[in-house]
Amino acid sequence: MQGKHNAAGARTTMNKDNPSLRIRTMYAQKSEKNPVVKLGPDIKAKIGMQLRLMYGEIVDQGVPERFVQIIKRLDDPNCEGR
Amino acid sequence: MGLRKNVREAMLEAVPSLRAFAISLCGNVDRADDLVQEALLRAWANMGSFQPGTNMSAWLFTILRNLFRSEYRKRRREVEDVDGSYAETLTSLPEQNSRLEIVEFRNALKLLPSEQRESLILVGASGFSYEEAAQICGCAVGTIKSRVNRARSRLAEILSIDSASDFGPDRETRAVANSDIVRTDRS
Repeated sequence: MQGKHNAAGARTTMNKDNPSLRIRTMYAQKSEKNPVVKLGPDIKAKIGMQLRLMYGEIVDQGVPERFVQIIKRLDDPNCEGR
Repeated sequence: MGLRKNVREAMLEAVPSLRAFAISLCGNVDRADDLVQEALLRAWANMGSFQPGTNMSAWLFTILRNLFRSEYRKRRREVEDVDGSYAETLTSLPEQNSRLEIVEFRNALKLLPSEQRESLILVGASGFSYEEAAQICGCAVGTIKSRVNRARSRLAEILSIDSASDFGPDRETRAVANSDIVRTDRS
């Protein structure tokens, strides 16, 4: 089915992806026994970027109205405590 | 009076980040918001425990974390399954790919021991120094550093990141391979 469509790219894709995929999988299983692996700065950067992206998704939602109201009422003597 | 105003302002400023941290702790948006609310009320009631001149944001994070530890931890098992309610709150990201990456990343994060996860998030996402994170978690700076390193190694392993160019066009293939690893881990 996809033979025709991928004819040009198929060889490069296979050469590029499959062997490295196998290596990565082996790597992951093997290092299971050695939890601390020395990581290069690029991997740290990659993880850092993912973390901030994930965290930023929530941060970008700003302050929901619920919290604006709660914080506003804190100093209201009638609502002291809750 | 000045302190009360400062605390309220600091709270408003900290809410977005407190929510993000709370979601990473308890995994569920509604519970996270309840946790944030309780933390704010507790902080307000215990304003005397804040030491002027120290980081107010770190103080709020400490209160939230302690609250989670003491009251929510017991219930964590039942909240472990998160995806539904978390996914609902996320409207749409511009790119399908980054959407997929975040979901994959968040799932990987869930596989970490909670101490490693919170340390990594405080340092890597909330923007606290190692010292501040140590203060928030009530442990030594060296402990935080070691947890962060372990967390990174484990994530790299789970996500099979072994080079910066790895988030390339073979994502789908990799996602399939990873899901096998993840499943093995869980069982």
